[in-house]
Amino acid sequence: MTITAPQPTRRSRRSSNMQEAAPSGLVLVVKILLMAMVDGFGLFLLMAFIANAQIIVAVTVGVGLIAVNIVYFRRGGLAAKYIIPGLIFLVVFQIFVIAYTIYVSFTNFGFGHNIDKSSAVEQILSNSIDRVPGSDSYPVAVLTADGQLFLLATAPDGSAKLGSADSSLAPAPDAVFVGGKAQSVAGYTTLTLAELFQQQEAVTSLAVPLGDSVSDGFLKTADARNAYIYESTFIYSVPDDTMTDTATGAIYRDNGEGNFESADGLILQPGWKAMVGVENYATAMASTGQSEIFGVFVWTFVFAFMSMLLSFVAGTFFALVFNDPRLRGRRGYRVVMILPYAFPVFLSGLVWSGLLNQQYGFINQVLLGGADVPWLQDAMLARVTVILVSVWFGAPYFFLVCTGALQAIPDDIQQAARLDGASPWQLFRHIKLPLLLVSVSPLLIAAFAFSFNDFGTIFMLSGGGPSNPTSPIGAGATDILITVVYKLAFLPGQKDYGLASAFAVVIFIVVSAISLALFRKTKSLEEVY
Amino acid sequence: MANISVPSLTIGATPATLAAVTPRPPRRRTPWEWFATTGWRHLVGVAVCVVSVFPLLYVISTSLSANGTLTGSNQLFASITFENYVNLVSDPGRPFVRWWLNTLFVAGTTAVLSVFLCALAAYAFSRLRFSGRRAGLATIVISQMFPQFLGIVAIYLLLSTLGDAVPALGLNSLVGLIVVYLGGALGVNTFLMYGYFNTIPRELDEAAKIDGAGHARIFFTIILPLVGPILVVVGMLIYIATAGDFIIASVVLSDTQIQTAPVGLYGMISLFRNDNWGVFCAGAVLTALPVMILFLFTQKYIVTGLFAGSGK
Repeated sequence: MTITAPQPTRRSRRSSNMQEAAPSGLVLVVKILLMAMVDGFGLFLLMAFIANAQIIVAVTVGVGLIAVNIVYFRRGGLAAKYIIPGLIFLVVFQIFVIAYTIYVSFTNFGFGHNIDKSSAVEQILSNSIDRVPGSDSYPVAVLTADGQLFLLATAPDGSAKLGSADSSLAPAPDAVFVGGKAQSVAGYTTLTLAELFQQQEAVTSLAVPLGDSVSDGFLKTADARNAYIYESTFIYSVPDDTMTDTATGAIYRDNGEGNFESADGLILQPGWKAMVGVENYATAMASTGQSEIFGVFVWTFVFAFMSMLLSFVAGTFFALVFNDPRLRGRRGYRVVMILPYAFPVFLSGLVWSGLLNQQYGFINQVLLGGADVPWLQDAMLARVTVILVSVWFGAPYFFLVCTGALQAIPDDIQQAARLDGASPWQLFRHIKLPLLLVSVSPLLIAAFAFSFNDFGTIFMLSGGGPSNPTSPIGAGATDILITVVYKLAFLPGQKDYGLASAFAVVIFIVVSAISLALFRKTKSLEEVY
Repeated sequence: MANISVPSLTIGATPATLAAVTPRPPRRRTPWEWFATTGWRHLVGVAVCVVSVFPLLYVISTSLSANGTLTGSNQLFASITFENYVNLVSDPGRPFVRWWLNTLFVAGTTAVLSVFLCALAAYAFSRLRFSGRRAGLATIVISQMFPQFLGIVAIYLLLSTLGDAVPALGLNSLVGLIVVYLGGALGVNTFLMYGYFNTIPRELDEAAKIDGAGHARIFFTIILPLVGPILVVVGMLIYIATAGDFIIASVVLSDTQIQTAPVGLYGMISLFRNDNWGVFCAGAVLTALPVMILFLFTQKYIVTGLFAGSGK
């Protein structure tokens, strides 16, 4: 498909040189109102992100906001004024998303690795706290305010201190003492015994930090009456960047892959998000030939190609059959035939999966009289089945397209060929098909690219199955790349965003390469004919 | 309305022009001749129609059957009740009416906003000359090769980051989902609109300009009313594509109460396919109906080929 811009005529050149008129009256009012709304919303976003300490996002919003204001308040640059509204969404949700996918593909982002290192250190420390032997006991009362639990502790020196999971223990001078034990504070409700019983779990898991740092220790209570000082059994050394287990003396070091690892290979959880270089790509590629991963690549190509080819062949055949003006009721056939294409693809996948069900499905039970054909259970047969079902709704599209393309072939060429004694087959093979290919080639490429990522058919019809328990990435026999991406990232138990992104990047590369090569090919086709 | 300029294909020769071009068939034919020329075509036609329509009839039949299981739906139209439909809308655990309305809201809003963004860009590409114009158009054509859901992981992570500060733009928000879909607004559809905008004579803009109209007035009061048909068609196509999207919607919306119909329906039978089959089919009918009606209106334009991949 080539893009030919209309040749600039004298008139169009003149019009493009015309200066944009200064906005006047109503237009100006509307413009200023709109910009005020945009700026207001932008500032709201800016504040929200700053308040949430998301500085990078906030800066991006700020820069974007300034850019938008410049574009709309300067004279000239008219095209930008029209393109920028759509462009903003395109940049954020297409282009940035692609860039971010590439970035994530080089990290270990995923389950157990979804926070930064300092948060991971903090979590490791606070997850492994234990009562400090021989430490003082703090009589406590459990208070609540705004749905949050607080511990009101009476320190060994007799003073009252108040803190929650989020706010470290601080003096509470206005506490009311009952029998030498701080019992309540104005503004907070002291929990009754019944309430304590109800919230038992929340109370016993409450850990009130003693200071800003995790290493200062925590106050915890097991019975809601007495609390003790707990400290982490791990010590994090900032200069060495090591974790030391005080119980065993084992030293854990940063292994460069987002985890602390001991000399004998023990790993502390959680880990953190770290750059792991090409490790994800290595995982995706390394097992080539011996595992299912290479199979997924090959199968994705086979599926996309066969689905496109068979849809095209079937569509062309029907177009030839129904393109006879003597045939009555062509319009009726046409409408009925495109119904599969009109039916939402996620639904047709699910419906076919029901029809093809091995035990209860209509095909086996009624059409085949109680046969037991494992349409979607046998690996090889499942592959054939998903291709055929994808042809079921791909063929109508090519039927429509080829009908149009056939009708556009000039009649005089066909008549000339007939006069020269060409048989119907020769007419098709040497006249219609080449001309058809010229106009349909771009659509074949698009159909290939579509099938290459035809998530709906695979996921709804077979769910990628039958599953293969030996596959290291959990890929089944009919899983294509995009369903693997989805499964790796979003199915419970996996959540490996890094590896999923690596697969997505591979899809990007493959699809780009194919489209590029095929578009070139298309151009050469057009030159030949 | 049917005057869309198509770069590579000219489609839709009307029966009238065909009749004028082709010679009239001979008056009388023997049955054998009739079969050899057109009869066998009817055979193919009937066969194809059966294959095409059967699964759809099956869905309708199952949705009306009294027995709501997969096993019990193999006798087509054995009974006709609306039990499944009643069950579908009355279970608070799967708020289908909510899902249906959510789909309407998300797809409708996305369609309207996308059409607007698209029309703005198409106007610039069609009427203004600026550097990067050809590159921009080429990018738009190539972009159809890369569906938005390839970046699904990044979309998920981005929304969860944005949602920390602004919940409306985050996960489990219909607005967040719409905003993601708007990322795909400038795409093939812009190219299609661009082609249609080019068919509106420039003389109209010129005249208006001489009369003192600014670019905004020309766009809103002259161009937009004239390109109405393509706006409607593109809007319908975006609606169809958005209403049928599963992958992005399923990742963004995990809360049952605010899902769209594709995500909700899938969740309904992903675990218990046999038990919920009848109710699912009822849901499928109600979900597919608006989309299919729109589709039959737009199918003429879908074949222009620019929609390859975007129509679905």
